[in-house]
Amino acid sequence: MDIGILNVVTYLPLLGAAFILFFFTDPKKIRYFATMVAVVDFIVSLFLWKYFDPTVGGDRIFQFRWTRDWIPSLGVKYDFGVDGIALLLIVMTTFMGAIAIWSSFTAIDYRQKEYYVLLLLLQTGMIGTFCALDFFLFYVFWEVMLVPMYFIIGIWGGARKLYAAIKFFLYTLAGSVLMLLSILALYFFNDGGIPFLHITGLGNGYSFSVLQYHEIGHLIPPTLQFWIFLGFFFGFAIKVPMFPFHTWLPDAHTEAPTAGSIILAAVLLKMGTYGFIRFALPILPSATKQLLPFIIGLSIVGIIYGALVTLVQKDMKKLIAYSSVSHLGFVMLGMFALNPMGLKGSVIQMINHGISTGALFLLVGIIYERRHSRMIADYGGLAKQMPMYATLFLIAALSSMGLPALNGFIGEFTILLGVANRNIWWAVFAAIGIVLGAAYLLWLYQRVFWGPLDNPANKNVRDLNRRELGLLVALVAVMVWIGIYPKPIFDLIDKPVEYVVRKVDPGYFNPAQAVRVAESK
Amino acid sequence: MTWNDVVFMLPEIILSIGASLLLIAPVVGWRARERSAKWAMLILLAITAASVIICSNVVENLPQTAAFSSMFALDGFAIFFKLLFVVAIAMIALLSDDFLRESRYSAWEYYSLLAFALVGMMFMASGIHLASIYIGLELMSLSSYILAGFFKNEEKSTEAAMKYFVLGTVSSAILLYGISLIYGVTGSLNLMTIAKAMSTIITNDALMFGIMLLGAGLCFKIAAVPFHVWTPDVYEGAPTPIAAFLSTASKGAAVAIFARIFYVGLHDFQLDWSNILATISALSMILGNLAAITQDNVKRMLAYSSIGHAGYVLLGILSLNAMGLRGVLIYTLVYVFANLGIWATVLMLRRHTYAGERVDDFDGLHQRAPFWAFAMVIFLLSLGGIPPTAGFIGKYFLFAAAVQSGFGWLAIIAVLMSAVSMFFYFRIVVAMYLKEGHEAEVAITPNLKLVAGVCLAITLLFGILPAPLINQATRSSNWVATRAAVLTHAGR
Repeated sequence: MDIGILNVVTYLPLLGAAFILFFFTDPKKIRYFATMVAVVDFIVSLFLWKYFDPTVGGDRIFQFRWTRDWIPSLGVKYDFGVDGIALLLIVMTTFMGAIAIWSSFTAIDYRQKEYYVLLLLLQTGMIGTFCALDFFLFYVFWEVMLVPMYFIIGIWGGARKLYAAIKFFLYTLAGSVLMLLSILALYFFNDGGIPFLHITGLGNGYSFSVLQYHEIGHLIPPTLQFWIFLGFFFGFAIKVPMFPFHTWLPDAHTEAPTAGSIILAAVLLKMGTYGFIRFALPILPSATKQLLPFIIGLSIVGIIYGALVTLVQKDMKKLIAYSSVSHLGFVMLGMFALNPMGLKGSVIQMINHGISTGALFLLVGIIYERRHSRMIADYGGLAKQMPMYATLFLIAALSSMGLPALNGFIGEFTILLGVANRNIWWAVFAAIGIVLGAAYLLWLYQRVFWGPLDNPANKNVRDLNRRELGLLVALVAVMVWIGIYPKPIFDLIDKPVEYVVRKVDPGYFNPAQAVRVAESK
Repeated sequence: MTWNDVVFMLPEIILSIGASLLLIAPVVGWRARERSAKWAMLILLAITAASVIICSNVVENLPQTAAFSSMFALDGFAIFFKLLFVVAIAMIALLSDDFLRESRYSAWEYYSLLAFALVGMMFMASGIHLASIYIGLELMSLSSYILAGFFKNEEKSTEAAMKYFVLGTVSSAILLYGISLIYGVTGSLNLMTIAKAMSTIITNDALMFGIMLLGAGLCFKIAAVPFHVWTPDVYEGAPTPIAAFLSTASKGAAVAIFARIFYVGLHDFQLDWSNILATISALSMILGNLAAITQDNVKRMLAYSSIGHAGYVLLGILSLNAMGLRGVLIYTLVYVFANLGIWATVLMLRRHTYAGERVDDFDGLHQRAPFWAFAMVIFLLSLGGIPPTAGFIGKYFLFAAAVQSGFGWLAIIAVLMSAVSMFFYFRIVVAMYLKEGHEAEVAITPNLKLVAGVCLAITLLFGILPAPLINQATRSSNWVATRAAVLTHAGR
């Protein structure tokens, strides 16, 4: 029987969670077992990459398809499949999941069993979201992610954890229920239409198939597209988060335990950008173009505003949280350049942000565990006391600000290329954001690591232990790898990006257009 | 009346005889044997359920509208609701068992009243004639007035019963007045005849007024705004198992007649009444969910949340399409089981004192009863409509029906309010998981375990594999959907 490798990747963490729930009580065993499950899941996802054929284009870019009927009377199918973009995000999810679980060994000192069960459950929800090619199924996984994250913030979070947890939950839920309405509108348009609003349907029958929606996208009347896009926009923009829907993010990030912040930054925020690429752009091309100025505007405001707010933060964790607003603004900007270069940069930057910001959260978590303070003012001169820590922090910060030979550069440069191709002024704003990014990270570094070591509490701080070193070296290795040899990733996302651009801007690839673009260069 | 007619009504006849026997039992010397009351009740309910199934098979091929001069039908819709009610009442009997044993009141009378209420509810599910519907409704209502005040020495219980009775009878009178106006215009009380008469009427103020009064009466029974004010006080004051009864089974029965009357009888005037119902629905969802946020008493919180849920169910009724009708059936079932599960958990916490259960009482429940705390989370998620629980499937149908019928704005309110509802549902979750508990005693009796366990199984099972439930709802709503000529999608 074919059980489907995607099912294995998705449900392995769930199985692990159930196993822990029923068979383990010793916290030590639980955390080793949970790490083992996460690592095995990561290895399985690497096999996914190995057997994935990135050269297939057109409609067959979705591979490892596994389709079964789920609710036949509604046309709901259990439909799994990944293209290069989803595959990349899944590999990042399993990787960062393993890092997050491994990083929690000493940070979580109470209610360990529930903690690891919830983290593994969250892992299943996230991977399932990336695999789902049926809207109903997608929505189920999308919501399933919420509850474990709520508990992770709410139980193991900081001082204002209850507030942060419910704010995160309600914001995301409000966005996703509006998205549900958009899904329903698509569903009825695909079938019989909405007679009362004089919208004639296509009569294709009940279906939630994302691939089918990709085909019918250009048939949807512009007004309907506009409203459907708006629903998607709320669902995804809150998750990204785009300015002005970002206010939940600093709270959630700051209050969440380290592993929660890592997962939030690395994967949960990518759900929003992934949603735009997978659903909003290909299904609603005309609304995308109609709302393009609006979204570009919000992205640019997000980049600049996010960076400026980051600059004045006094709390390290909050600083990194706000920097996410700025970085995700880049991702959105690149995506809405609507050309292959911009989209590629956008996808790579999603991965980069996950790795770099994840690493920064991990680093802040490490120092917090030792000193129980996240305030920048409490530190200074740490470089003398913790040389290894300082070095790795520097690498992570440099990768986050886009230094060449590290991953951030590849993403930002590709985005700038794509954006400049569209409109040079957008690129100018983006460049300002990069400069500000360098400013807040270097200033943070300067205040924490250089200068005199004058706080006596910092005199006895230990440097990294072997586990922490292992975690960070793994992350830095990925940063360097993407920075020096990003070709495998570009290969992987080449065809999917082309697929999306063909849907959203069919004219882009026709010869006349190509000549014009070449000339304008 | 023929023998066939008797077969249609056999379950109700059996149940009425049984209920009378329960009433007589203490008189003939069984008063002391309180324990047997529960078993007698459960056996009676089992026989009733069996007879519903057998009779429905017998009458399957008979014309549905023939029984008792077209007053009584045993169609899929009726069977669905009857079986749901029997199961719900059985659960409420189980919830009541420990409660009654600790009180000084007679279990026999209590179960007898519950059984009579069930007779009324089953009548309502079958009624296709406003007179039979009204009789069923009154039988249920009168029994529930008494049940709400069953603890006659408790001040709160008496107060609740009094409020419920006065407002309930007024609403019944309004309902009756509406019925009489409809009768005056259409010349019939039979829903099919009313529908036929209405198809020839273009506009008629008296008829519209009648429909509005009828709607007002029904809105009182399902506790929709602005006819909801009784709900929090009655739920808070009534004995907890009776609050469970009022918020689940009794409400379900009112929903059943609401759907039947509007789908079968009044579908021709949809353009006129759907906007009124849409306003009521929107107000119920907004007010119910917002008011619930500030409640510290779990019973009052559930009362306000049940007002919100009445608003959701109205979505299914006013959209008047096959999706909506199926949604009403599915949502009622899902809501009943999630709610009964919650009431069972509430009863686990404090049974010794009669006063209201506070949200604080849930503090740290995950340490004292980890499994039931988890079950409670699932029930709350189901009420909030979060997948993969059954509540999501129910809400999905209602939202879809609203979108399909062009009530986009209402659907937007509905989804946003379901997000708001998670805020107060999660107050209980916060208490259970994120706060330290005081070492209060939890009394997890086998009865409560059984009820909560069954509810949990149903809520999760239909959330993950909803296909059987949806197919059943489709089959069950066929007859009503055909009458309302909204069958377009029902066959799929």
